[in-house]
Amino acid sequence: MHFRSGTLTALSALALLVGACGPQQAAPSDLGPSPGPPVLPTKNPVPLPNASITKIAVAFDISGRGDGGFNDIAYDGARQAADELGAELREVTAKLDDTDDDRAERLRLLAGADYDPIIAVGFTYAAPLQIVAAEFPAVHFGIVDDATVNAPNVEGITFAEQEGSFLVGAAAGLKTKTKAVGFIGAVQLPLLQKFEAGYTAGVRAANPDATVEVTYLSQPPDYSGFGDPPHGREAALGMYDNGVDIIFAAAGGSGSGVHEAAASSNHWSIGVDADEYTLAPESVRDHILTSMLKNANVGTYTFVMSVARGTFVAGNQTFGLANGGVGYSTSGGFVADIKTKLDAFAAQIIAGTISVPETP
Amino acid sequence: MGRVRSVVLTVVAPGAALGLAFAVAWLILGLTGADPAATLSDALRYGIQPSTLIAVVNKAVPYYLAGIAAAIGFHLRLFNIGIDGQYRLAAFAAAVVGAAVALPAPLHVALIVLVAMVVGWAWAAIAGLLYVHRGVNVVISTIMLNAIATGIIAYLLSPLRLAQQAAGSNNVTTATIPDSGWVPGIPTAAGDLNGLVALATLVGLGYWIVLHRTTVGFEVRGMGLASRAATVAGIRAPRLALLTMAASGAIAGLVGLPQLLGTSHRFGLDFPAGLAFTGLSVAILGRNHPIGVAVAAFVWAFIERSAQVLDLAGVSKEVVTILQAVIVLSIVVAYELVRRIRARQERRYVANSVEGVRA
Repeated sequence: MHFRSGTLTALSALALLVGACGPQQAAPSDLGPSPGPPVLPTKNPVPLPNASITKIAVAFDISGRGDGGFNDIAYDGARQAADELGAELREVTAKLDDTDDDRAERLRLLAGADYDPIIAVGFTYAAPLQIVAAEFPAVHFGIVDDATVNAPNVEGITFAEQEGSFLVGAAAGLKTKTKAVGFIGAVQLPLLQKFEAGYTAGVRAANPDATVEVTYLSQPPDYSGFGDPPHGREAALGMYDNGVDIIFAAAGGSGSGVHEAAASSNHWSIGVDADEYTLAPESVRDHILTSMLKNANVGTYTFVMSVARGTFVAGNQTFGLANGGVGYSTSGGFVADIKTKLDAFAAQIIAGTISVPETP
Repeated sequence: MGRVRSVVLTVVAPGAALGLAFAVAWLILGLTGADPAATLSDALRYGIQPSTLIAVVNKAVPYYLAGIAAAIGFHLRLFNIGIDGQYRLAAFAAAVVGAAVALPAPLHVALIVLVAMVVGWAWAAIAGLLYVHRGVNVVISTIMLNAIATGIIAYLLSPLRLAQQAAGSNNVTTATIPDSGWVPGIPTAAGDLNGLVALATLVGLGYWIVLHRTTVGFEVRGMGLASRAATVAGIRAPRLALLTMAASGAIAGLVGLPQLLGTSHRFGLDFPAGLAFTGLSVAILGRNHPIGVAVAAFVWAFIERSAQVLDLAGVSKEVVTILQAVIVLSIVVAYELVRRIRARQERRYVANSVEGVRA
């Protein structure tokens, strides 16, 4: 039973991701928990007056929309909600040298211009949001990747990245022939270390003999690692030369370089956030084993719709395997032979018999 | 008469540059399909609100400090690209020390400021020593030192070492400085002014006094105006270069303090990068003069702040970056033009005087 719900959760998460351009709720309701509005415990259930939604805003951190990954997915969820509600959707993006003050002002301007709800994407908005949320108590805010803002009108939208990473780690562990796999992270941030921790644990669980080589492309505040495909390619080629045969690229836009390296040296790579098999060029896609899915759209869509339906509750919502927030992709069919094993791991994680670490 | 013309020329250059930048902004906005008049007037209307102006001043304070740090180096043609690394390392060290001690308020703040200056000073002195003793280009060495500073901070700013990560947060920060180490804002009707405005003013004043009222300042100016003459006159160039570089670093160390002491009270992943180039641009724009740099920092911050409205209006924020680049570029061209005009006038003046003497 656990096995079944794990499979279907991953499936329905995938369906929702693809469903961003099709009708919502594509997954039939008898197929386990649907990734619609999950009912989760909250720490501060203060109902706010429900206003009809006409203006929705998304505030991005420095990379912004157009990254073909996480930010775009987060935007898709808001886009879908806006389309369904017939609301205007506005996006703004941070600049490289922004301070907390600038970020606060960005949120303040949006709230002052009657945008409600407002989604802040990225943990750098946490401290500014704590201030601005108090100034606009009637506006609903959602913050992605942070659970620290404590206000009656703020929802933290966080993801159990380590759970999805565990599954692609297990896939790598099962598929490796050289017993050496790699992890390339974009920037050495705690957020990306969750991916690393989950991936490493997954590799170990599936193949205790395998080693994991880990590298990060840059270190904060140098965020170039998120958008530097040549750097990703070089790092990947170096790993492949060292005998690694599968690399998980948790590297944002740099991931395309890793996939290219996999294709040119005839190895496997693993995508992140989106189902990269469907996004990559044809020459490359047959080397993408699977992708770890971080369905930010589920989080942003759920948040906006909760405000629209008057079911908004403050506090943190974590989107993990159990509610379709993370998962792995099967496009290409390269993991079809190990799918039962992966889904068994998923079921164990959901059941709590496997506890995935968040720090390496 | 000559003096009036000289002052006019000094003001005309930045004015023309701003005008040109404005025209380019108009053109770009038009090309991207926005209504230039409406967009720019929106930005301007937002920019001159009292609360925005206070925010602009707060934003300008670190830019000013970075600008003065850059200006100090410019006197000896030293491009201190390392302001970025110096400031981050200094702010990090100051945050760690500030959080670790408990002292009465004025002493606590003074200690944090001192630590920041010493760390910035020492980090820049490495580049200075390499330049003086090994002839390593300062641009190259400071870029590398920036990367090393990033590495050092990345290593130390970890929950395993000198930092902490709050539950549910993806930010890593140093411990919060106790409130005896905070600098309160200066309340105004339109919001709080960052208390570090006072420090920036002192820095500007100190910069001017050292440059114009001390022997070292005289040597620096002499070396900048005519290095060969200065060397012949007995000024030791290497010693001066080292001194200048280190002083630039000490001021750069202060750049992070408005945020550290005034608002966040801890160092974290959210401290901005890229302030070196802002500082260099602001120093060029302000012609290394303490008041000029202040005006330039204000203009820079004003443009960036007003840009928030552009983003909201659907205009790409990159327009702002283009705008800033055009300002710097046109100001360099404008100053060069002014310099040539002035040189020609001087030649003519001298020629006329000589003719007068002959006749």
